[in-house]
Amino acid sequence: MKRFAALFTRLDQTTRTNLKVAALADYFREAADADRVWTIALLSGRRPKRTVTTTLLRRWAAEQAGIPLWLFEESYPIVGDLAETIALILPPPEAVSDAPLTHWISQIGALASLPEEERRARVLDAWSRLEPTERFVFNKLITGGFRMGVSQKLMTRALSQATGIEESDLAHRLMGDWRPGETSFEALILAPDPSADLSKPYPFYLAYQLDGTPDALGAPGAWFAERKWDGIRGQLVLRGGACFVWSRGEELITDRFPEFAPLADALPAGTVIDGEILAWKEEAPMAFAALQKRLGRKTVPAKLLADAPAILYAYDLLEEGGTDIRALPFAERRARLERLVGNAVRDTDLPLRLSPEVPFADWDALATERARARALAAEGVMLKRRDSPYRDGRRKGDWWKWKVDPLSIDAVLIYAQQGHGRRANLFTDFTFGVWSGNQLVPFTKAYSGLTDAEFRKITAWVRKNTLERYGPVRHVTPHHVFEIGFEGIQKSPRHKSGVALRFPRMLRWRHDKPLQEANSLADLEAILAAYGGKTT
Amino acid sequence: MSALLTFTDDGIYCPEGDFYIDPWRPVDRALITHGHADHARDGMRRYLATDLAAPVMRHRLGEISLETLRYGERREIGGVTVSFHPAGHVPGSAQIRVERGGEVWVASGDYKLEDDGLSTPFEPVPCHAFITESTFGLPVFKWRPQAEIAEAMNAWWRGNAAEGRASIIGVYALGKAQRLMRMLDPSIGPILTHGAIENTNAVLRAQGIALPPTLRVTPDLVARDHPGAMVLATPSALGTHWPRRFGPAQTALASGWMGLRGVRRRRAADRGFIISDHADWAALNTAIAATGAERVFVTHGYTSIFSRWLSEQGYDAAIVQTAYEGESLDDPDPATGEEAEKAQGTQSPAAAP
Ligand SMILES: [Zn+2]
Ligand SMILES: [Zn+2]
Repeated sequence: MKRFAALFTRLDQTTRTNLKVAALADYFREAADADRVWTIALLSGRRPKRTVTTTLLRRWAAEQAGIPLWLFEESYPIVGDLAETIALILPPPEAVSDAPLTHWISQIGALASLPEEERRARVLDAWSRLEPTERFVFNKLITGGFRMGVSQKLMTRALSQATGIEESDLAHRLMGDWRPGETSFEALILAPDPSADLSKPYPFYLAYQLDGTPDALGAPGAWFAERKWDGIRGQLVLRGGACFVWSRGEELITDRFPEFAPLADALPAGTVIDGEILAWKEEAPMAFAALQKRLGRKTVPAKLLADAPAILYAYDLLEEGGTDIRALPFAERRARLERLVGNAVRDTDLPLRLSPEVPFADWDALATERARARALAAEGVMLKRRDSPYRDGRRKGDWWKWKVDPLSIDAVLIYAQQGHGRRANLFTDFTFGVWSGNQLVPFTKAYSGLTDAEFRKITAWVRKNTLERYGPVRHVTPHHVFEIGFEGIQKSPRHKSGVALRFPRMLRWRHDKPLQEANSLADLEAILAAYGGKTT
Repeated sequence: MSALLTFTDDGIYCPEGDFYIDPWRPVDRALITHGHADHARDGMRRYLATDLAAPVMRHRLGEISLETLRYGERREIGGVTVSFHPAGHVPGSAQIRVERGGEVWVASGDYKLEDDGLSTPFEPVPCHAFITESTFGLPVFKWRPQAEIAEAMNAWWRGNAAEGRASIIGVYALGKAQRLMRMLDPSIGPILTHGAIENTNAVLRAQGIALPPTLRVTPDLVARDHPGAMVLATPSALGTHWPRRFGPAQTALASGWMGLRGVRRRRAADRGFIISDHADWAALNTAIAATGAERVFVTHGYTSIFSRWLSEQGYDAAIVQTAYEGESLDDPDPATGEEAEKAQGTQSPAAAP
């Protein structure tokens, strides 16, 4: 596993994309065949099954390290990663091993059928023969949570560099139901694949965030507006009787949305649609959380498919009758899209809808529409110049997103907890309260939104202003006021304050605000009354 | 009779001798373990420290009334005897031993056990009560021998130099920077230093501590005149535009915190070298055992976890609240002069309207 651990170290030691890709490409040129296939599998989310519970691993690691289990358990949240905690805590290895990655993966696989004592013996044996980084990798594999900070997209690019095969071709080869133990590098990657061209997507055109108001954009009549929906951007490619779905990261995600397959029959071949994938029920978008459940998995169980069915909300038409029409003006593409979708979607069982136009007479009217976004579970409005072509990448000028402002409230910092993992030495996890009479009622936690310098500053302050400690939590002197931003609010009997926020974060540190002027529970309840019914 | 040392809102206090150890509020008489800013603060009427710590303290604190003792030299203060013993943390750092009628307490400030080739190595001081830090008081912290880190650092430098890139490491200006300088292989290339570090170098050189030749980075320094340089900067300078002048470069941080992958990643430096001037888990336990102390007071760091561990090992252990800060990855030591302070000043968030 030395070569694989060295790859892991190289990837881990740089934040630069091109260096990561270079490291992977080197690995794909040099590594043994079976290891290459396993690496591709791991980096495309095909992880080995978990064969030992983490409870057992923790116990064995603590025993082996000669420390009580509580001490292991206290260390774990500070390190932030179980595999790493185990790797760090164990005594140094007694021997070395030259066995390849594939060997250790099959060892892990074999554990499933063994009695606990035998499993323990094998895991301890592995730990005693692996260097710390190898151990970390081994632990990641055994706990089934392996991630290397490299997306499938980057892996595909590296593979392309190493083999000279085009990226979209490789992406196509890597989809589907192949298993690393049952295929070879030759069969998976190198053998010719005639259908690859069919799946090829177009580069996505991305909008810029509009700062301020759209007044500077000129005459409203030159612009088309629609909602900015809160799902994931996707491209539906229908060619040769097959259906392919690409994410904005240009990952092929067809397998995750099996309900789109019938579109290959319902629409003419040679059709490519840009749109938003949304979880959809009763002709309305569901909360993003519903869609998120779908994204986490390679295959979709039937229950999830029924609970959170997906549709494509169509924005744009990029290919029609097999012809690339991106150079046509948006208004023309949109007209063709309306015809196409309109014809197909008489049958509402099909997972395809047209993202409706938001008509507006002037910019003030559009501002009013934008303000309604939250109530419609949208994120704001999109503006597209009617005569613009479909460009690629993020370019200024023709497309703008105008997001709705977050809700916000001024709250007092009352509890602080040390961060873990990336922020183990700073206080970054805060609980905030609002006034109820002369008491502060905790109502939300927030972790992000401050600069590193601000986190350092508040950390030094927390150390000197701790009133009490409860385990890792410190109750601090109420003093600092922060503006907390959030995207939605909901009633929640489980919380002391009676509300739960969506995406809370610190917008700014209100040095200017005295403690007494922070908002009250009544203010929070007023926001709940205004917005609580509609968002999730 | 009161305890030999007590813990007050102003610092560690000896009632019998009427003095404080590393106080954080102005007092009449302060005994100082070492020159780091969280231990040696200004505003004390009289200071007492080791002769080796004195130059840095004067550099940082200006005109102070400072008396010095050599390691091991004894001094009667009130009814107690005090002496300073090597803590191995930074040059001149000390554990302070306080004795009254055969009862001995030791306040160790910050310490490490490995001989870093720069600081006088740690010596265990037998005592009844020991005051210890716990910055890295978790069993996940294990340092590798210094020679191994030196090898990795030089290999990294050599590789960068070969590819025409500068190597920039963010380090503490007092102690860590000089320790690294002595680990570097000067045959690879020139060593350039941030002004804050070079100021400290000058103080240490003047007191006879040998350091390899270094070149201060000034605004008119031309980076291409020094290809393949190793640049030592304060951690705060790394986060600014300061490193840009060196053109293509790789960055690294050198700290015990680099032992945690998550911290390494958050910092977005290209490399992390795991090296600390504080004791790791094993060294903390070794040091405490070597004192023979029954009572242990745990100051800054993972205090609650470490004191619980010590209690289970049979010590009478307790947590003490102090204003000491352990190894901060981010803050430059304010000991380090104007530039670092300026950098800090600009980081404070502007008050919002
Ligand atoms: Zn120190
Ligand atoms: Zn300290």
